[in-house]
Amino acid sequence: MIKHLFRRLSISVLTFGLLIAPTLQAADLILLNASYDPTRELYQDVNRAFIAYWKTKNSGDNLTIRQSHGGSGKQGRAVIDGLEADVVTLALAYDIDAISAKAGLLPKDWQQRLPNNSSPYTSTIVFLVRKGNPKGIKDWDDLVKPGIAVITPNPKTSGGARWNYLAAWGYALRRNGNDADKAKEFVIKLFKNVSILDSGARASTTTFVERGIGDVLLAWENEAFLAVKELGPDRFEIVAPAESILAEPPVALIDQVVDKRGTRMVAEAYLNYLYSDEGQALIGKHFYRPSNPDIATRFAQQFPAIKLFTINEVFGGWQQAQQIHFADGGIFDQIY
Amino acid sequence: MQFRLKQRSVLPGFNLALGYTLLYMGLIVLIPLSAAFIKTADLTWTEFWTVVTTPRVLASYRLTFGASLLAALINASAGLVIAWVLVRYSFPGKRLVDAMVDLPFALPTAVAGIALTALYAGNGWIGGVLALIGIKVAFTPLGVVVALVFISLPFVIRTVQPVLEDLEAEVEEAAACLGATRWQTFRWIIFPAVRPALLTGFTLAFARCIGEYGSVIFIAGNLPMVSEITPLLIVTKLEQYDYRGATAIAVVMLVISFLLLLLINLLQWWSQRRHAT
Amino acid sequence: MVLASPIQRAITEPPIVRRLLIGLTLLFLTLFLFLPLAVVFYEALRKGLGVYFAAIVDPDALAAIRLTLLCTVIAVPLNLVFGIAAAWAIAKFEFHGKSVLITLIDLPFAVSPIIAGLIYVLLFGAQGWLGPWLAAHDIKIIFAVPGIVLATVFVTFPFIARELIPLMQEQGIEEEEAALVLGASGWQTFWRITLPNIKWGLLYGVILCTARAMGEFGAVSVVSGHIRGATNTLPLQVEILYNEYQFAAAFAVASLLTLLALVILAVKTLIEWQARQTRRAALAVRGETE
Repeated sequence: MIKHLFRRLSISVLTFGLLIAPTLQAADLILLNASYDPTRELYQDVNRAFIAYWKTKNSGDNLTIRQSHGGSGKQGRAVIDGLEADVVTLALAYDIDAISAKAGLLPKDWQQRLPNNSSPYTSTIVFLVRKGNPKGIKDWDDLVKPGIAVITPNPKTSGGARWNYLAAWGYALRRNGNDADKAKEFVIKLFKNVSILDSGARASTTTFVERGIGDVLLAWENEAFLAVKELGPDRFEIVAPAESILAEPPVALIDQVVDKRGTRMVAEAYLNYLYSDEGQALIGKHFYRPSNPDIATRFAQQFPAIKLFTINEVFGGWQQAQQIHFADGGIFDQIY
Repeated sequence: MQFRLKQRSVLPGFNLALGYTLLYMGLIVLIPLSAAFIKTADLTWTEFWTVVTTPRVLASYRLTFGASLLAALINASAGLVIAWVLVRYSFPGKRLVDAMVDLPFALPTAVAGIALTALYAGNGWIGGVLALIGIKVAFTPLGVVVALVFISLPFVIRTVQPVLEDLEAEVEEAAACLGATRWQTFRWIIFPAVRPALLTGFTLAFARCIGEYGSVIFIAGNLPMVSEITPLLIVTKLEQYDYRGATAIAVVMLVISFLLLLLINLLQWWSQRRHAT
Repeated sequence: MVLASPIQRAITEPPIVRRLLIGLTLLFLTLFLFLPLAVVFYEALRKGLGVYFAAIVDPDALAAIRLTLLCTVIAVPLNLVFGIAAAWAIAKFEFHGKSVLITLIDLPFAVSPIIAGLIYVLLFGAQGWLGPWLAAHDIKIIFAVPGIVLATVFVTFPFIARELIPLMQEQGIEEEEAALVLGASGWQTFWRITLPNIKWGLLYGVILCTARAMGEFGAVSVVSGHIRGATNTLPLQVEILYNEYQFAAAFAVASLLTLLALVILAVKTLIEWQARQTRRAALAVRGETE
C-alpha cells in the first residue's frame, strides 16, 4: 500500500515540478534596485514612471525594474556577497562605502559622481506622538525627562536609527557648546527612556502604532508622514524639533554589475531620472525633501521648518561617526 | 569518531545506509558548517575570546539558553499530556486539534512573532488580561519564552505520539491483573517506554529554541543585557560588516549546542543500555 | 464511553482525570496555538474577503507560492531518503560513535537559521571560498533559487531522520530477522516489513518537514536577496507586505500556510481509511472474523 502511495506521490511530484518550473518572461532589460526599507512606496512610483519614460525614449525596449528592500546594512552586505544590483539606493553613505571598500564594485569616489553628494533626496528626523501630544513633547530636551517612553530602532541594525542617534547627539553637542561629555550624558539619558529596540524602522513604527507602546517615536520625516497618512491622521501627530540632522540617503551605480550585465546606460538614466523634475516631484509627493531647490519650494509648505545640521559638519563624515559611536565598544555600546 | 560494527547483525544494508548518511550529512551540514570554523580562524585566540565574552554577549547566552531550556521543559511536560490525550481519549474535534499541532512549523517564524506580539502585548487579547494582574509578557524575557514555546510546540507531541500508539495494551492489562494501580502502570510501564521519545522531543525542542530568531525579535524588545538573544547579536555584527565577529559568536553557539545535544544523547544511550540489562 | 469490564477500567483513567487532562490540553493549546492562529485569520479577514483574495492572487504572491512549492518538492524527498537511510543504520545496528552521529543529525535544529544562511554565504558568496569560481562560470547560487533550496534543505535536514530513529529503535529487529531467515531479500524485508511498520512515523516526518520547508524564514531571508517576483518565498512575501503596512494582506498570505493543516487532515484520513480497507480484505480472504 505504502509502495503504491509512494509511486503515486512521486508521479504527482514530477508533474508538479514541471508545472511550477520558473516561468521567466522575455524582457529585454531587467534592472535591480537594492534599496532600504522606507523607500518602498517611493520607488514603486518612480519605477512605474521611469519605465514609461524609457519606453517613449527608446521605443521597443521592454524594461522591468526589480526591487529588493531590507535594512540598509543588510542590503549593502547582500551586494558585497554577490547580489547583482545595478543600482543601490541606501540609507547611509557608509553602506555604499563598504561596497566599494570590501568588494571593489564601484570606485571610492562614487559620492562625487552625482549632484548633492549623490543624494537626490534628503530627509530628517522628527518625532511622532499620539494625538493631542498628551505628554507635551516639543523638543529634544523633553525626550530625556523621566517617565517619557521613547521608541527607536536599534542603531546597530537600522540605518534610520543611526540617524536618530546622531540627530540627538548633534543637538546636545550644539546646545552645550560642543561639549562631547554633555552630549554623551544626554544620549545615555535618552536611551534610558527606550524600552524596546526593534531591528528596523518599520518594526518600531508598528510597535508604536499597533501595540500602542511609547509616548514618542523617533522616525524618518517621510516615515512619520506616511505613518500618519496610512495608519491614522486622527491618532497621531508630528512634532518637529527646533534642530535636527540632515539625513542624506545616497544612490549609486554598481559599475562592475552594470558592465557585466550591459545595463550601464539604462541604470545611469534611472539615477539621473531621480534628479529630473518628474523624479523630484515624485520624491516630494512621498514626503522626501527634493534636492532641486525649485521643486523643493513647491513642497516647502508640507515640511516643518527645522534647522538642519549635516553629518560632515558635526561628525566629520560617516566613517568617523561609525567608528566613534557605533563600532563595537563605541559610545553606543557604553550606554548599556 | 569511529564507525565500526560492535556486533554482527544479520540485517543487510549497514554500509549502504551509513555511507549515504555520512555523505549527505557531509555535503549539506558538515562542509558548510566548517566554513564558519575556518572563517573564525582569521581571528587570534585572544581576539576570539574578547569577542565572545563581552558582558553583552554573555548576557545574551544566558537569555538564549535559559529561555530555551524553560520553553523545552514546558513543552516536554505539556507535550506528554497532549500526546497522551490525543492518543488515548476521544473528544469532539480531536482530529482537527491533532492536525493543527503541526502548524507552528508551517507558520513563518516572523508571522508567529507578529501574531504572538499582537496577542500578548498590553493591548492584545491575552496581554490585556495579564496586564490587569500586573504581568507583562511582550517585550520582556517572558515574551521570549512564549515565542519559543510556540515554535517548538510540535516536537514533543509528535515524537511521543507514535510510540504511545505502538504501545501494546496487553502489557498494561497484565500490570493491572497483577494488581498495579493506574499510576504504577504509568510510572513503571508506560513512562519508561515513552522516555526515549520524550527525551528526543525535548532535545529537538531545546535545540530548535536555541537558534530561533524570526519570532523572537518581534516580541523580545531586544534591549541589550536584558532581552537580546544571541542570534540577534550575530545579525548585528553582520550588519556592520564584521563577518569574523559574527562567525566567532556563531561558532560558540554551535559548539555549545553540539555539546548539550551530545550530552542529552549520551544520557539517552546510557539510560537505554541500563534499561536493557 | 461505557466501561465494560474491570480490565478495561484498569487500563484507563478515572473520568475526572481524563476530563482534567483534556481540559489542560485544550487550555494549553488555546493559549499557545489556537489564539495565535486565530489572530492570523482575524487580521487577514479584517479588511474583508476582497483584500484577502487580492493579496493571494497578486503576481508577486503567486511567484512566491511557486518558489516555495519548488523548494519544498526538492527538499522533502532529499531529506526523506536521507532520513530512512540514517534511521536504518542507527536503529538497526550497534556501532561506536552512534551518539555523536545522532547529535550531528540534530545539529541543524540548533543551528540558528541566521547561521545556516551565513555559512552558505561564506561558501558561495562573492567573497566566499567558491565565489570567484562561481562568478567565472556564471553560476548563481546565493541570491538565486539554488541558494534558497539549499538553505531549505539544511533547516529541514533532521526532521524525518529524527522522527524515525526512536520509532525504529523501539520496534527492534526481530521482525526483520524473521523475514530474512524465511528467505526474503534485504529490499523485500525493507518494503514489506520495515516500511509498513514505520509508515506513521514516516508520514509525520514528511508532514513536519514539509511544513517547516514552507515556513522557513530566517535562513532563506539571508540567502534570498529579497528580489520581488524572483527570489521571494511565501514567508518573505509576508514580511514585505507587513513592512508596507498592508497588515491584512500579510496575514492573508500567512494564512495560506495554515491551510496546510486541512491538507494534512485529508491525507491522514485517507490513508487510515485505506489501511482499514486493506486489513478487512486480508481478513476476508483468510476467512477469519475480527
